[in-house]
Amino acid sequence: MSTATRSLPRTIGAHAILITYTVIALFPVILVVMNSFKSRAGIFGAPLTPPTTKTFDLIGYTTVFGQGDFFHYFQNSLVVTVASLFFVLLFGAMAAFALSEYRFRGNTLMGLYLALGIMIPIRLGTVAILQLMVASGLVNTLTALILVYTAQGLPLAIFILSEFMKQVSNDLKNAGRIDGLSEYTIFFRLVLPLVRPAMATVAVFTMIPIWNDLWFPLILAPSEETKTVTLGAQLFLGQFVTNWNAILAALSLAILPVLILYVIFSRQLIRGITSGAVK
Amino acid sequence: MGSLKIENVKKAFGPVEVLKGIDLEVNDGEFVVFVGPSGCGKSTLLRVIAGLEDSTSGRVLIDGADVSITPPAKRGIAMVFQTYALYPHLTVRNNMALGLKQAGTPAAEIERRIKIASAMLSLEPYLERRPAELSGGQRQRVAIGRAVVREPKLFLFDEPLSNLDAALRVNTRLEIAQLHRRLKATMVYVTHDQVEAMTLADRLVVLNAGRIEQIGSPMELYNAPANEFVAGFIGSPKMNFIDGAKLGETAKTIGVRPEHLTVDAKSGAWKGTVVHAEHLGADTNLYLDCEKAGLITVRIFGVYNAEPGSVLYATPDAAKTYRFGADGKVLK
Ligand SMILES: Nc1ncnc2c1ncn2[C@@H]1O[C@H](COP(=O)(O)OP(=O)(O)OP(=O)(O)O)[C@@H](O)[C@H]1O
Ligand SMILES: [Mg+2]
Repeated sequence: MSTATRSLPRTIGAHAILITYTVIALFPVILVVMNSFKSRAGIFGAPLTPPTTKTFDLIGYTTVFGQGDFFHYFQNSLVVTVASLFFVLLFGAMAAFALSEYRFRGNTLMGLYLALGIMIPIRLGTVAILQLMVASGLVNTLTALILVYTAQGLPLAIFILSEFMKQVSNDLKNAGRIDGLSEYTIFFRLVLPLVRPAMATVAVFTMIPIWNDLWFPLILAPSEETKTVTLGAQLFLGQFVTNWNAILAALSLAILPVLILYVIFSRQLIRGITSGAVK
Repeated sequence: MGSLKIENVKKAFGPVEVLKGIDLEVNDGEFVVFVGPSGCGKSTLLRVIAGLEDSTSGRVLIDGADVSITPPAKRGIAMVFQTYALYPHLTVRNNMALGLKQAGTPAAEIERRIKIASAMLSLEPYLERRPAELSGGQRQRVAIGRAVVREPKLFLFDEPLSNLDAALRVNTRLEIAQLHRRLKATMVYVTHDQVEAMTLADRLVVLNAGRIEQIGSPMELYNAPANEFVAGFIGSPKMNFIDGAKLGETAKTIGVRPEHLTVDAKSGAWKGTVVHAEHLGADTNLYLDCEKAGLITVRIFGVYNAEPGSVLYATPDAAKTYRFGADGKVLK
């Protein structure tokens, strides 16, 4: 490699910037995780120091597992996130395929209409959504959350995926048609694997806001049965006293599932068998 | 089995008319090549024949049966694409087998056909590989193999060689020619390449801006072009076109091929100075700036030494000079 791109000051500079960013980004997370292992006095006495033998305390975790049904909340969050993600990716990809592959009247208008949701926050419609859910008897069900999150995730998914699907070789799809594959087979077997990196990106972008959302669980499904983790953690936030140990422990635990999902999706970002299809 | 008939096919994308009424008949076992400048509608016509694109009007008949509403897979055709278009997730064997499986062909029959096709195209060592593990030339042979196993009535090729390097192109061209001879199948082939067109074709179809300019055997088109466009398109280097008025002729334009001009240092019809000389070994291309005829190209067989700036006289072969009218058509 040439010396110009590997000169020492440049390398140091680049790494310094990246490390600074990493530290800033990770700092709150580390702080939360660190303090979740400390006693109340430890948290308030020296919030920035790691747990010592004196301040180490698992009281937060025992409270979380003892009080409330946290395992159940986790399950709710996971069901809502995974189901919404599944529908966003499925319907998003299908709509994107239709928009990018077929010429029909109003194609562009339809694309714009579907992309409109990117610019208009879905929370503006909260009152109407609540009325709708009440009318259809879906209040306090996970279905309500899944429906809302699917609607929330679709615009961006369609926008990103249709751009990627336009890149998929026409010749490949046509070869499939000549070999007698149905449009569904072409979509699922030829096109989807080729846009897998884009699907993974969309999945990550869709998943995180859903997992972290407090708004819709609070409004649409606040019952004990349907509480999500973020809502469950509110249990420890009082008007006068806040159980910081429990909150920090709950937040630390809440990081784990998203982390696992993220690892799964980021592996998909690596392009494997897709190269060599065309050219 | 395997004749193709196209009747007044038109195709428009929105307001843009890409095919403006194509009529063509291809006989059973014939090798027909479409040539024409980029964007003239060659691929579109091929896709209409394949059924990948609906024509706006007109009919396509394969073996006498109207296939205008038949889906591509049921037309008895196979197509080879410029970008190979192999299924990335399937092995070479399964790439070839997919279409047959889809059509419900028995496994033993699929196996038999793959065996024959892979032997024909020397693909046996690669049958279990994925497309990503093959070179460009091997990939294109797999794509051809995938077409062969279908045993179609009609092969369609859309610039199958243009992604290959020069040496490989010659080899694959030979393979396609042999394939045609062996299978005696009807083939329609689109290309940009003069040499491919001239060497492979039984008949050439010259397209321009969505219309057929002329149909004929390569030699017919070379020797008797119907108009200025075909004359300029067939043959390389390109035919010289000279303003008739400057030569004191009645015809609007005079055409003469570079190989039908001779040069002499002392006397001749058109006096000119050498602008540039290209030495190709087997022949030499001279660019002459002539007083009467303007800039012309002369092709001389063998080596010819001419310094830029020197004066030469060029003389056209009168028997091989073409005269074009104001409408571009050849004057008899
Ligand atoms: N899907 C489409 N929508 C709109 N216009 C199209 C479409 N496909 C092709 N065209 C237009 O039709 C014309 C002919 O295209 P076509 O691909 O048939 O050209 P071609 O002769 O194959 O050119 P090339 O030699 O470069 O491959 C072009 O002007 C192109 O812009
Ligand atoms: Mg083309």
